[in-house]
Amino acid sequence: MRSGIFSQGTRTTRWAATAAALAMTGLLAGCGSGDSGSDGGTITAYVYGDDSVKVQQAAVDSFNKTSKVKVKLVSVPGTDYVNKLRSAMGSPNAPDVFYNWGGGSIKPYVDAKQLVDLTSTVENDATLKDGFLPSIMTAGGLDGKIYGVPMRGMQPVMLFYNKTLFAKHGLEAPKTWEDLQKAITTFKAEGITPFALGGSDKWPELMWMEYLLDRIGGPEVFQKIQNGDTDGWGDPAVLKTAQTVKGLVDQGAFGKNFNSVDYGNGGAPTLLNKGKAAMHLMGSWEYSTQLGKAPEFAEKDLGWTTFPTVAGGVGDPANIVGNPTNYWSVNARTKYKDAAVEFLRTMASKTYAQSLVDNGDVPTTSNAASMLSGSPNPQFATDQYQMVEKAPSFTLSWDQALEAQYATPLLTEISKLFAGKTTPEKFVEAMKAAK
Amino acid sequence: MSHHTPVAKTRGDRKAAVGNVGRPPVSWALPGIVFFAVFAIIPLGIAVYLSFCDWDGLNSPSLTGLDNWSRLFKDSEFGQAAWLSLLLTTISWVFQTPVALLLGVWAAGRQRSRAVLSAIFFIPLLLSTTAIAMLFHALLDPNFGVIKEIGPWIGVDPNVMGSSTGALLVVAFVGGWQFMPFHTLIYQGGARQIPEVLYQAASIDGAGMVRQFFHITLPQLRHTMTTSSVLMIVGSLTYFDTVLIMTKGGPGTDTTILPYLMYRTGFQTYDLGYAAAIATALVVVATGISLIMVRLSGFGSMRSTREGM
Repeated sequence: MRSGIFSQGTRTTRWAATAAALAMTGLLAGCGSGDSGSDGGTITAYVYGDDSVKVQQAAVDSFNKTSKVKVKLVSVPGTDYVNKLRSAMGSPNAPDVFYNWGGGSIKPYVDAKQLVDLTSTVENDATLKDGFLPSIMTAGGLDGKIYGVPMRGMQPVMLFYNKTLFAKHGLEAPKTWEDLQKAITTFKAEGITPFALGGSDKWPELMWMEYLLDRIGGPEVFQKIQNGDTDGWGDPAVLKTAQTVKGLVDQGAFGKNFNSVDYGNGGAPTLLNKGKAAMHLMGSWEYSTQLGKAPEFAEKDLGWTTFPTVAGGVGDPANIVGNPTNYWSVNARTKYKDAAVEFLRTMASKTYAQSLVDNGDVPTTSNAASMLSGSPNPQFATDQYQMVEKAPSFTLSWDQALEAQYATPLLTEISKLFAGKTTPEKFVEAMKAAK
Repeated sequence: MSHHTPVAKTRGDRKAAVGNVGRPPVSWALPGIVFFAVFAIIPLGIAVYLSFCDWDGLNSPSLTGLDNWSRLFKDSEFGQAAWLSLLLTTISWVFQTPVALLLGVWAAGRQRSRAVLSAIFFIPLLLSTTAIAMLFHALLDPNFGVIKEIGPWIGVDPNVMGSSTGALLVVAFVGGWQFMPFHTLIYQGGARQIPEVLYQAASIDGAGMVRQFFHITLPQLRHTMTTSSVLMIVGSLTYFDTVLIMTKGGPGTDTTILPYLMYRTGFQTYDLGYAAAIATALVVVATGISLIMVRLSGFGSMRSTREGM
């Protein structure tokens, strides 16, 4: 057939092609103009979008009053934060400054040479060098180098409990594994779930693994894994941890339906504040969560303590796990590195620390201790600060300490372990095999 | 521009004109083709290319040959996800088709209050998938949801989302609840096209309503059913949002269907090469199933359902 598609009605064809081409040019032009803002002297800063963003927004507003280069704060909704950051960092529209958890959460960016090495900047700057607790500053780094400046409160994981329920059944906050067992038996007999657990979100289950492994085998076991040795999962302490978890699940310590309870939409916190569960292992943000959901409960009935000891374990009971804090890191491709560092310096200021305290957070600045009396709950803030200050070791949450390629399978395997879909032995094997 | 179109027709090659009587030239499809190419074909090509690469989304992709593909066939997690996808697709089809068919045929009639009820049935389709998933998530909360109160009465364990089969059935049910109105609409349209004379003739011959349904309505809706089924199957194979919001692939990995596995691999593990391989496999399977269905049902040859009328 001679009459191909394009041979008939050539004029029409051309017209249509031109129109289509014009339309496409318009679309492409639209795509390309996305980053024109940075030419006007703007630093884009990504922050994890939650209730605390107002503290960062206030810092940005006051910084912008005097600085020529303005900071534009972009609040990315929490659940999407990691994804959005990752996609943006791989594109030309990457943020200049961004929120992170240090450790494994920035490793891919460090490996891709996308971060500014702040080591010498911090060393030569008294404000930054002496401004923060040293352990916190190092926790955010990688291979002895500093890539981030602390910018939020500390978030250790604590054991929260319902004081009224404990008093009613003649129990005290558990200090040892025996205390814990006694509490489990007592509450189960009363039809109260011993521990609230948001299993459908997976990461609340991780907190149990982190503390149990620390108490059983000490922080060195995970340290080895964090340093890239997947054989570290073969340590007998890991197997014992997984077996202990299975024991707790089988015993009914988390109730029967924790698999479909979440944390994000308030499932597990509500169990605690309604008195349906007696305890809840959670990050220190649980206090503000409860304050928001059930203020009366948070002020009167909410108790907190450290994770108990585990019989036969070698870990120091003063050790803690969780998120030391969050950090700002600077993109190596930024046009305004000096201005970005200048902005980071304001994080060490007394004003900023004060606004964190007012928000109910416990800042990681060296001067924080004296400010805590002004916190909405001075007792909670002081206990938390001392817990962190005295801890011989602060293990970063595993899902932040490890790169995503290990952390995601880890969360899946832990979820299977809690759901009874895998055995402790198979869990260890699967983790050793993770590539 | 309007005068160009007739010009194109008269000037065109005579033979071609005979074959295309009354049809606009192909160039009319050009904007559509360009759009489709830029936003579907090219990205698809890139995904296929990426399936042969190792890529973390930050550095440049590096070619690794067939690594991802050989891994795909050995990966037990992929096998489980493929099986779950197949299961979900089957359950969805079995659940949605009869209901949508009956509702659609009913809605094609002229009964009283039909329009009002049809409008009500249509509502789920207008809601966002996210909103629906969150709504059901709240209803099915084992401690505070409606299921806690009414579950025991109707013989359903309130922890339905925490059990393997329960979670998969919930996902299938929520998807069905949302998309049934759409298929009902397709069947309604199809049933309205059936000539009234067929029913009149059948009535005269003494056929009752049930017989009319099985001997006129169903055969006449054959093509409609193919359309609806293909959409349903491809839709179930690529079903994602509900799983993400309601179960996150759990409990364990018991609702980790292929699209969710792809998401987890690509956007949580950042193993984008392997995720591209999963995506490509999914495209191949979905396209294959659609083609087979079209071929088997005779839909492709466009044989009329009104032959001999």
